[in-house]
Amino acid sequence: MFSYDELKGTADQRWKDLTQGDMPWIRVGTEMNGHAAGGFQVIDAIRSELGARNIAAYVDEVGTLGLSYAEPIVDVLKPGRRSRLLFRDVLVDDLPEIIDKYIVNDSVPGNKAFAYLGEEPIQGVPDLRTIPQYGMQQRVAMRNAGHIAPADIYQYIANDGYAALNKALFEIGADTVIEEMKASNLRGRGGAGFPTGLKWSFMVNSPGPIKYIACNCEEGDPGAFNDKAILESDPHTLLEGMLLAGFSTGASNGFVFIRHGHDGPIDRTERAIEQAYELGILGKNIMGSDFSFDIEVSLTGDSYVAGEETALMESIEGKRSMPRFKPPFPAAAGIWQKPTTINNVKTLAYAPQIILNGSEWFSGIGTEKSTGTAIACLTGHIAYPGIYEVPMGLTIGQVINTVGGGVPGGKSLKLLQTGGPLGGVLGPDSLDVKIDFDDMAAAGAIFGSGGLIVGNEDTSVVDLIRVLVTFCQYESCGKCFPCRLGMTQLLDIMERIARFEGKPEDLDVCERLGKTMQIGSLCAHGQLGFNPIKSALTHFISEFEEHLNERRDPTGRTSTKFFSPKATRPYSEDFREVQPLEVISSL
Amino acid sequence: MLCFVKNFAIPGARDLTVANEDLRDRIRQAIKRQERPTVTVLSSLLATQDEFGYIPREAIEEIAVYTGASTNDVWGVASFYKNFQFTEPNEHVIEICWGPSCHIMGAPEIIEEAAEVLGIEGEGDSVDGKGTLRYNTCLGACARAPVISIDHQLYGRMTAKKAVEKIKSL
Repeated sequence: MFSYDELKGTADQRWKDLTQGDMPWIRVGTEMNGHAAGGFQVIDAIRSELGARNIAAYVDEVGTLGLSYAEPIVDVLKPGRRSRLLFRDVLVDDLPEIIDKYIVNDSVPGNKAFAYLGEEPIQGVPDLRTIPQYGMQQRVAMRNAGHIAPADIYQYIANDGYAALNKALFEIGADTVIEEMKASNLRGRGGAGFPTGLKWSFMVNSPGPIKYIACNCEEGDPGAFNDKAILESDPHTLLEGMLLAGFSTGASNGFVFIRHGHDGPIDRTERAIEQAYELGILGKNIMGSDFSFDIEVSLTGDSYVAGEETALMESIEGKRSMPRFKPPFPAAAGIWQKPTTINNVKTLAYAPQIILNGSEWFSGIGTEKSTGTAIACLTGHIAYPGIYEVPMGLTIGQVINTVGGGVPGGKSLKLLQTGGPLGGVLGPDSLDVKIDFDDMAAAGAIFGSGGLIVGNEDTSVVDLIRVLVTFCQYESCGKCFPCRLGMTQLLDIMERIARFEGKPEDLDVCERLGKTMQIGSLCAHGQLGFNPIKSALTHFISEFEEHLNERRDPTGRTSTKFFSPKATRPYSEDFREVQPLEVISSL
Repeated sequence: MLCFVKNFAIPGARDLTVANEDLRDRIRQAIKRQERPTVTVLSSLLATQDEFGYIPREAIEEIAVYTGASTNDVWGVASFYKNFQFTEPNEHVIEICWGPSCHIMGAPEIIEEAAEVLGIEGEGDSVDGKGTLRYNTCLGACARAPVISIDHQLYGRMTAKKAVEKIKSL
């Protein structure tokens, strides 16, 4: 058992060794985008190249600075320097040059050098903060991402980690934590935008002793990866947020809910939990207080609906992730019928900073009704795809054109797909819409998970909508028949239209199906399942009409091939043998 | 209904042979090895899938015994989540993302050519036992779209040509 001051002392000493010691500190971006860019091969090669040259150095896997387009980023801090030099798009073959020129000889290799970060300028490269992709960011939830190693709890503690927990436990108490959260006006980042402080306060009076905090990192939305990026870059921020939620609501256990197969976030979160237990930050009598809390990782199979809060609870219990009826609400009867509060990763990641710096500081960021930052994932036809944490209130156009660098190749922007597949599409007129909960809703869009997929002028709307509808059909859990059958009908119609075989009445039928689904489905998946088509009909009706009337696609798409999963639930020949019906008839 | 559960037998189940018992042993070990405090039907299925790459039918019974659920319940969960497979995959598993980010960046061509080089029409196993092609709704690296994964190693900014080269070199 260690007190906070003891932990902080050790952490500060270690941080000093890293940043002011006599060995270089090399950090490599290995978040999922870094992984896809070859980050792990680069870090292995760095270790062997250094070994071959007998150079002693600290080498760490870190998360992401948000600049996914430049991954793998190799970030070198040399002894005696106050600035880090970043290299971009590093390949294994570039490493000998980087090591020989910069680490051994102190000259800046021109080829892959990207920018410097720190107080002391480095000749020949710009300050990273003057590059809009980094400079426009205001990083709160992701403040440590890309800067510290997620596998080292001391690096987190040295950067004010667990200071908020210490403050909550020993200075301000549980009630004030909830008051601060309410005053900060933080709204849940899972999509619905419900005030977090209020949500926490519902749980305070629920009967104990067993109460759960669940953190939702299911994040099945294609085009969004910010939750996973937080877990991969800085899992301790999330743990601290969960501890604060647990302490202020009187909860006893926490679950971090992640999709199976996303190995990076899972491994790093599990490792973080292990370290926290070792240092007495989790478990019994945390940091010597009388507060005890346990956290474990709970994995789910591939199911998009598992991200819905009641379906998530079913999945944690090990069942099919199908939504439950509400009421009872989770705060009254959640996981195993115990009181439960479910928050998104981003929401919880803000909590430590709010408690540490005060609600006033936080509500000063963003707009009046949507405080704080938005974490946008820019993908698709965009010059600089990445994860950008920007203050709420910037317009979509500012984020896309200034931060994201606009549409490359001299093409124009045609459509935006926001808030996950259910969010539908927007046209170029939406660039003036401000990114906050209310303005986005008024424009008929959802910010939701933070995914912003950009399509250029060559993107076929009908083709893209077919993908979104396929996704929604494939991912319908099947509990409510309007969603289960409605999505299947919608997909049939969309496939027909995209194959240039649509019938004149198709769009009316879609409309009617959509209405039924909205009224008759339990969760947002069915309620919003029509949204992709509805939004496309609002902004791009002429393209549908051209498909129906003239049997052609205005973008010139002629191929009718389409690859998608064939069955809603894939089953093999082997499995078909044991369909229950056959079993019954064989009895 | 009770009777149905009680009489639930798996048609075509292999006779109890030594090989079969070995498989069951491995399944039991995989289920017992779970380090998480909360063990459920789902977590046991995931542990089995991690160990074998698919869910052998024997695992359904073993998990039912271990968790106290009925085999029906275990089948119910196993058939719901889309990552569970019931046949043994080939040597290498190639997953290609078909989500909207990857789609507009060119995933369809990759799927088409990857399937062609594997000699299959879409998702499935190649005849030579080398590769299994699966579609994935999101591999999580959308900023590097289009993304494919070969045996859990992600590759971003793929083109059909590069993907085919990677598959051929397996």
